[in-house]
Amino acid sequence: MELLAFGKTGWGDELFYATLMTVAVSITAMLVGFFFALIFTPLKLSKYKTLNLVGNFYTTVIRGVPELLVIYLFFFGGSGAIMYVASIFGYYEYIEINAFITGSMAIGIISGAYSTEVFRGAIQSIDKGQFEAAKVLGINKFGQFYKIILPQMLRLAIPNLSNVWQITLKDTSLISVTGLVEIMRQSYIAAGSTRDPLFFYSFAAVLYLLLTYVSMKLINKLEVKYSRGY
Amino acid sequence: MITSFPKLLGATVVTLKLLSASLFFGLFLGLFFAILRLNKNIFINKFAYGYSYIFRGTPLLVQIFIIYFGLGQIEYLRTTFLWVILKEPYWCAIIAFTLNTGAYTSEILRSAFQTIKPGIIEAGKSLGISNKIIFYKIQIPIAIRQSLPAYGNEIILMMKGTSLASTVTLMDLTGVAKYIISTTFKPIEVFIVAGGIYLFMTFIIHNVIKYLEKKYSFQQ
Repeated sequence: MELLAFGKTGWGDELFYATLMTVAVSITAMLVGFFFALIFTPLKLSKYKTLNLVGNFYTTVIRGVPELLVIYLFFFGGSGAIMYVASIFGYYEYIEINAFITGSMAIGIISGAYSTEVFRGAIQSIDKGQFEAAKVLGINKFGQFYKIILPQMLRLAIPNLSNVWQITLKDTSLISVTGLVEIMRQSYIAAGSTRDPLFFYSFAAVLYLLLTYVSMKLINKLEVKYSRGY
Repeated sequence: MITSFPKLLGATVVTLKLLSASLFFGLFLGLFFAILRLNKNIFINKFAYGYSYIFRGTPLLVQIFIIYFGLGQIEYLRTTFLWVILKEPYWCAIIAFTLNTGAYTSEILRSAFQTIKPGIIEAGKSLGISNKIIFYKIQIPIAIRQSLPAYGNEIILMMKGTSLASTVTLMDLTGVAKYIISTTFKPIEVFIVAGGIYLFMTFIIHNVIKYLEKKYSFQQ
């Protein structure tokens, strides 16, 4: 137990901050994912074949390629790409991007592909009459989406989004390869310096279980909220 | 880009070996735990649920690290024959993947068993077929058919999961890709080639499952 003590003697506080970091990366990645889903869902549902193709390309590639490979692409390619863009504007110094930003961008793009599929499925399962009725009532496009489609869509999407959240949360463990100190990385450091990997990795597993358990409870509450009236 | 292709293709063999071995063992493990889940005894039931909950609730990376780095710490294990297996990263990876895919497979098969209409089992009983044969000849084939689409997803997820073997020093497709990226600093080219190989495998798995689904569909 002294291994988990807070303060200088134990790893308790380090692991606590690492857990907060995991949660922070997961939430940022999820939001980045929503942003991507917001762009690509309309593309996938569009009437135009070319736009469909772009949307399908994104979801197929990201969901068919291992997460780790995407992270390596961002980790090794990220600063190169930024430096290239900067060199156009006449800035030639070495730029290193923060591991937090690279990590949450990489995981965000992955979770975005899953979110896109979830939103597409949810929108497609809304009755066509709802769209037509909204149009007939003379509600403008903005209102149609935000007041009529979105609330119905969320009810259908939340159970699947909770799966996406779980995937995202577990994927954040992969960012440890880039050196960001989240649960996995902290356990690796602790295991290395105390020579007790079994304990620290098992403890990491417990932390992840705790996070999934708590988030499931919270999401269930949301689910109840959005299925009022059904 | 062209010079890296043969190296990556060679590494694909490692990926495929890992994938097929863990799917093979995982299917049996999954079937075993699915049957335990359907058991009426609450302890057996809870045990199987706990297994799938733990392995589905934690990242695969943690599982690999516990098995590869953690188990070696137990002095007793080092003296048994198990150590021969556990000191190899290859087998550690396969054990972790098997346990992981076993948990997901057990959930898939359990839900498939539960969706079998009771009428089918009753019909078998009224024809005088023994319980054992009903299980092996009626319930299992229907459950397998039922779970094909979900299992296809699981195969693809597992294929992506094998990339984590690179974290325990195995040179699989992702491991080699990372090595080439870190020596040549050409992340995009390598990503395109390695990603292309992964996508090609996804494409093949997807189509094989689609074919099987069609072949074993109920409406013929």
